[in-house]
Amino acid sequence: MNDISTWDIVRNLLDGALWTIGLSLTAFVLGGIAGLALLFARIAKNPIPRRLAQGYIEVFQGTPLLMQLFMIFFGSSLLGLEISPWIAAALGLTLFTSAYLGEIWRGCVESVPKGQWEASASLALTHFEQMRHVILPQALRIAIAPTVGFSVQVVKGTAVTSIIGFVELTKTGSMLANATFQPFMVFGCVALGYFALCYPLSAYSRYLERNIHGSRAH
Amino acid sequence: MALVRINGLHKHFGSNHVLKGIDLDIEEGQVIALIGRSGSGKSTLLRTINGLETFEQGEIEVDGEHLHPRDTDLRALRQKVGMIFQQFNLFPHLSVGRNVMLATQVVKKIGEKEAEDIARTMLLKVGLLEKFDAYPDQLSGGQQQRVAIARALAMQPRVLLCDEITSALDPELVNEVLAVVKTLAAEGMTLIMVTHEMRFAREVGDKLVFMHHGRIHESGDPQQLFANPQTPELANFIGSIN
Ligand SMILES: Nc1ncnc2c1ncn2[C@@H]1O[C@H](COP(=O)(O)OP(=O)(O)O)[C@@H](O)[C@H]1O
Ligand SMILES: [Mg+2]
Repeated sequence: MNDISTWDIVRNLLDGALWTIGLSLTAFVLGGIAGLALLFARIAKNPIPRRLAQGYIEVFQGTPLLMQLFMIFFGSSLLGLEISPWIAAALGLTLFTSAYLGEIWRGCVESVPKGQWEASASLALTHFEQMRHVILPQALRIAIAPTVGFSVQVVKGTAVTSIIGFVELTKTGSMLANATFQPFMVFGCVALGYFALCYPLSAYSRYLERNIHGSRAH
Repeated sequence: MALVRINGLHKHFGSNHVLKGIDLDIEEGQVIALIGRSGSGKSTLLRTINGLETFEQGEIEVDGEHLHPRDTDLRALRQKVGMIFQQFNLFPHLSVGRNVMLATQVVKKIGEKEAEDIARTMLLKVGLLEKFDAYPDQLSGGQQQRVAIARALAMQPRVLLCDEITSALDPELVNEVLAVVKTLAAEGMTLIMVTHEMRFAREVGDKLVFMHHGRIHESGDPQQLFANPQTPELANFIGSIN
C-alpha cells in the first residue's frame, strides 16, 4: 500500500509526543511563574493590581484557547512580528495556564483560615512575610492536588496548537494519517499517547486528593 | 504617663456605629478586665488597639507609638502589642518551637540560636518546654493557648491583649491558662483581657471596664463594682452571669 512502516509511524509519533511534553512543561513552568505573580496581584491590598489581574483572568478563562492562539499568531503578524508557531504556542499556552493557576491558587490561599492572617499580623509580620512564612506553606499543601489535576488540561490543551501549525503529537498524527491513509490506526495511537501522558497525572492528583486530609503537614 | 492612651475613639462597620467615643488610659503593669454583653464592642476595641481594625476618629497611643485613623504602617506598634485569640491560631505547619521563634527571626532579625533560646525560655514560662518539637495538632486546647501566649511573649510586648482566651476551652482546661495569665500579671505585664471569668476579673483585675452599646458604661475597682454596681445595666449584667 505504501512504504511507511508501523515503526515509522510510532517513531514519528514519539517525536511529536516529545514536542507535546516540551510545550506542556514550558507552559506549565512559565505559566506557574506568571500565575504566582497573578496570585499576589489578586490578593493585594491595593485595588488596582487586583482589578487588573481579575480582568486578565476573566479574558483568558472566558475565551477559547484556540481564539487566544489565533489572536497571538495572526495578531503578531499583523503587527509585523513574524513569530514561529512554537513561540506562539508557548506564549498562548503560558498565558492560558497562568490565568487558571492564578485562580486555583487564589482559592487555596483564601481557604487558609482568617485567624492565621490575624495571628501573624499581630506578631508584626508584613504582608509579604505573612504570605511567605504562614499562608503559602499552608496553601501549597492544599494546592498540590488541583495543580497536578490542572496539568492534565495543559497537556490536552497543547493539541489545539496543531491548528496554527505547531508540530506536536496531534499535528504529527494528521500528517501521518494523510500520508498513510490509515487515520483510525494513527489517531488511535495519538489518543493512546495522550492517555499515557495524562492518566498518571490524573491518577496522581486523585491520590493526593485522597491523602491530603489524612496526612500531616509534617 | 499612661502606657496605653485611647482618646475619642469611633468605629463603624458600615452604618453600624460600634465604638462611640472610647476614652481609656492604662498604666504600665495594670490588668484591665473588659466585660460586657456579646456585641457591645469589646473585641472591636481590642482589635483597633493593634491595628487589626481601622477606625474613623480618635487616637490611640501605645508606649509613644501613635495610631491614627486609617494608619497602615503598623509594624512598630505591633511589636509593642501582643494579642492572644479565642481560637489560639497557632501555625499548624510549624512545630511549637518554630511557632514561638518565627516572629523573632523574621521581624526582629534575631539569629537562629538566640531565637531558640528565647523560645525555650518562653515555653518554660508557660510550662511547655517539653513540647518544643511537637506540632499544634498534638496538643490539647489549653496547651495550644499557652503556646500562643509564649509566642506573643517572645516578641517582648509592652501590653498583651487577650480576647476571651478561655472561651473555646473545655472547662477543665481553663485554669491552666488562667494560671499562666495570673503569673504574667504578678510579674507586672500590662494586660487588657476580655473575659467572662468574673472571679478571675475580680481577683486579678486592677480595673474593671464594663462596655455597653459601644461605650464604656462604667469602670473602676473590680471589687467595688461587683459589690456595688452604679448603673442598672452593670447590675443586670452581673446578675445574668452569676
Ligand atoms: N468584621 C465585622 N464586620 C461587620 N460588623 C462587625 C464585624 N465585627 C464586629 N461587628 C459588629 O460590631 C459589633 C461589636 O462586635 P464585637 O466587637 O465583636 O463585640 P463583642 O466582642 O463585645 O461581642 C457587633 O454588632 C458586631 O456585629
Ligand atoms: Mg468578642
